[in-house]
Amino acid sequence: MTSIALLVATFWLVLGVLALLQPHSMRLARTVHVPGAVAGLVLALASVDSTLHSLPAVIVHLPGPAGFELLFRAGPLACVFLALLGVAVFAISIFARGYFRPGEGTPPGVLSFAYHLFLASLTVVLLAHDALTFMASWELMTLGSYALVLSEHNREDIRRAALIYLVMAQVSALLLLIAFGILSHGGAILDFTAMRSDPPGALGTSLVFLCALGGFGAKAGLLPAHVWLPEAHPAAPSPVSALMSGVMLEVALYGLMRFVVILRPELVPWWGAAILALGTASGLYGALYATAQSDVKRLLAYSSIENIGLIATAFGLALLFASAQEMTLAAFAFTACLYLCLNHTAGKSLLFLATGSVLHATGERNLGQLGGLLPRMPWVGIPALVGAAALAGVPPLGGFVAEWMLLQSWLTTPRFFATPLDLLLPLAAAIFVLTAALAAYVMIKFYAVAFLGRPRESRLLSAHDAGPSERMGLVSLALAALALGLLPGAVAGFLSSAVARLFGPLPPGATAAPGVAVFMPSRVTYAPLPLVLGAGVLLALFILGRRLRATRRTATRAALWSCGEGPVGPRAQDTSAGFGEPIRRVFAFVFAVEEQFPRPADPYPHYRIRLRDRFEVLLYAPLPALVGRLSALAARLQRGRLAVYLAITFVTLALILIGLRWT
Amino acid sequence: MTAPLVRLALGIVETAVPVAAAPLWLGWIGQCRAWLLNRRGPGVLQPYRDLRKLFLKAPLVPEGAGVLFRINPALQWTLGVLALGLIPFCSAVPLLAQDSDVIVLTGILATARFVSVLAAGDLGTAFGGLGVRRTLLVGSLAEPALLLALMTAALAAGTTSLAGIARTFTVHPLVLDPSLAFAAAAFALVLVAENARLPVDNPATHLELTMIHEALVLEYAGADLALLEWAGAIKLLVFALLGLVLFAPWTLPGEATGPLAVLRAFLLSGGLIAASGALLAIVETASAKLRLFRVPAFLTTAFLVATLGLLVRLVSGI
Repeated sequence: MTSIALLVATFWLVLGVLALLQPHSMRLARTVHVPGAVAGLVLALASVDSTLHSLPAVIVHLPGPAGFELLFRAGPLACVFLALLGVAVFAISIFARGYFRPGEGTPPGVLSFAYHLFLASLTVVLLAHDALTFMASWELMTLGSYALVLSEHNREDIRRAALIYLVMAQVSALLLLIAFGILSHGGAILDFTAMRSDPPGALGTSLVFLCALGGFGAKAGLLPAHVWLPEAHPAAPSPVSALMSGVMLEVALYGLMRFVVILRPELVPWWGAAILALGTASGLYGALYATAQSDVKRLLAYSSIENIGLIATAFGLALLFASAQEMTLAAFAFTACLYLCLNHTAGKSLLFLATGSVLHATGERNLGQLGGLLPRMPWVGIPALVGAAALAGVPPLGGFVAEWMLLQSWLTTPRFFATPLDLLLPLAAAIFVLTAALAAYVMIKFYAVAFLGRPRESRLLSAHDAGPSERMGLVSLALAALALGLLPGAVAGFLSSAVARLFGPLPPGATAAPGVAVFMPSRVTYAPLPLVLGAGVLLALFILGRRLRATRRTATRAALWSCGEGPVGPRAQDTSAGFGEPIRRVFAFVFAVEEQFPRPADPYPHYRIRLRDRFEVLLYAPLPALVGRLSALAARLQRGRLAVYLAITFVTLALILIGLRWT
Repeated sequence: MTAPLVRLALGIVETAVPVAAAPLWLGWIGQCRAWLLNRRGPGVLQPYRDLRKLFLKAPLVPEGAGVLFRINPALQWTLGVLALGLIPFCSAVPLLAQDSDVIVLTGILATARFVSVLAAGDLGTAFGGLGVRRTLLVGSLAEPALLLALMTAALAAGTTSLAGIARTFTVHPLVLDPSLAFAAAAFALVLVAENARLPVDNPATHLELTMIHEALVLEYAGADLALLEWAGAIKLLVFALLGLVLFAPWTLPGEATGPLAVLRAFLLSGGLIAASGALLAIVETASAKLRLFRVPAFLTTAFLVATLGLLVRLVSGI
């Protein structure tokens, strides 16, 4: 398995270099996406294949620079994420083949190179088994995605967004370097296996955990380092957003999971509690902000923050259960966590790709200018409905299965700790269900405003449907989302070896039937297929009945109700800002809103609203000012007078000498 | 061989009877309201006459209606019947017990709302849009409250399966448990909000400024409207039966089997549902509709009470 994954990564690199040979050839750049997609499919099939991933994972040694050895290993957990990566790459590469158009910023060959470099580095991050390989591929991943975000670099706002992303990614990498520095005892051991057997002391472990949580959390988009997401996602081309949101964020969480495995022996309750608290806070915050967004991609970016929050919540819960020695519950909670990851990949990549198709067809990214696209673009609209339903968590799709399983393990919670943690659990449960309900709100807003209703602008009337390769990408992700919903037992079976590696095995009966999810201690089951079949039979009867009636009487078309006035135009539809307005009012304390009302006698009344991220206003905006003030303080020393410089040199020298004397 | 068949037949009858009787209960509530207002009232069978009238009307579809709009009424009805199939009634073993539990039940209700708002958004009218966002506001605050109330009961029973909860509660009565009292209060508030009853929404209004649920179904006519009205009646009954299982489990036959136990359960729960209908009529007559801006406060109360119930349950222990 490890060697297959390495081969696929190398293949992607070769494809990228090939595309670079003729950087301005659109045809070449498009052509290389096809074998790239096939390689993704191979990777996915290999990691799903149980005979391959149940083999004891082999560590592959490759000679590295300066005498270092590079270690690779595809363990069970990595296999889950490799499968997720493979499926996403298959759909996104096929889509991207038809998506990129000439004349947009970076030459297509360079773009294709950055894209394939990004794919290869994502794979290697998942495979890395030593600190050097991990950090190197982690940085390559950042560079590749940075280049992709910057693809329209002639625009000022995109350069700014890419800069924010790069700064955040570097802060994250710095924290990870510190964590690795402590774990490797100052660079003495780089191998993950050796790190596991030789952990630092209690204080060191906690420090490593905090650095890892900060580093991976910043990359994954947990609070308070989420601000790069709503900037970078709108800036990047849609397939890249799909890859970054649907895969890279999950890979960051995979890193966090890997660290926890390494630190395993010192598993303490407050780690789980910290991740749980951060996850629920991010989830609720992301969901609330997503309801208020008007830019499609910003809305999806905030929705990603919410989804990552939910995944972190599930992971934190699993850790809490594990620290209370409730291994079965922990196993179920972690299954739900991985399930949420898979569902997010399928659903969110799908919606980002659909946004890309809409952008090409209409040139519009503002939700308030869209509408009525479903009848004009059914090949985009119908898969997008599946994706929206999957992320909204309604049965019979995957999001619901994950929430069902997580709530089950939550509901079996006995009283563990006799500490304030007992209070945290039900509060987190309350926030979790609120977030899940708001997620449905967000998805309905996204779908109803963009795809339903009537076109808000006249040029949408001529919107064309997506091309064949775009369709194939969208449909394959929609099928993946449907499979996640309808075959919960089979998916749980696929996840079981990764779960067993981290939290011990699921009970034997839990994955017996492919179509049934079973929760063990209480033996509750959820089988979507009979429900879907029952509903399908009843619906078929209805449609048959209507057909029979229709032979007698045909339905008359009638005008819409307009209170007795003339016909009402499409501009009377709810705007995108109006759609999110109730939540903005109810949770007004969360938002930083600037509203401008028109004066009563204004002949051209304009209502403006500007919504800013609270964290940006409170935390990040003052930061440059602070740095400026500090440097002004430092500048005071530079008076240009020799005596001051000599005094500083003298004091420094004296301090160094004193320090040397004492050590 | 016969036992599963008998169970299946019993289950189908158990689902079909409430489906058929749902409009009757609505008629009963209307009749009680009429009595309280010193009117004679149209009689308990009025909803059936309304449905018959609507079913016989010529089909009428608004311009620009897509598939979502057209499939919605049948889907609402179907999902309502599915939800009824999950709830134990007379024999304490619901038709679809094998496949589901309380979380699935809330999932089905959420799906129904998901489809109904998308259908209303399909036409692109101003009222439809208002209905969508108002319904979503109510739904996204009521659904967590409902789920938390159900979770409290599930924690008390040790299982999320409805049949399991019913069995546990009939064997070990927990009527005076404080956490269940909180859950019941939250559940009552959610019932009012989710079914568009006063004081959250006025089921009889057509005033555009205040309507919530009506705005969603404004463009429907004829048989489609009849199905939606019927589905609304079924949904109200789903909540009532759910309330019986969770907070008045002694109406169920419990461990007892045989025709007599089933008959007793049927009479008891029927009587209790009639009584709760009368209570709902009293509440609706006594209260005025809340201003829309006050509705979030109502729902937040439900949410907080439900959270409190869960806290009490976890702190007070099993």
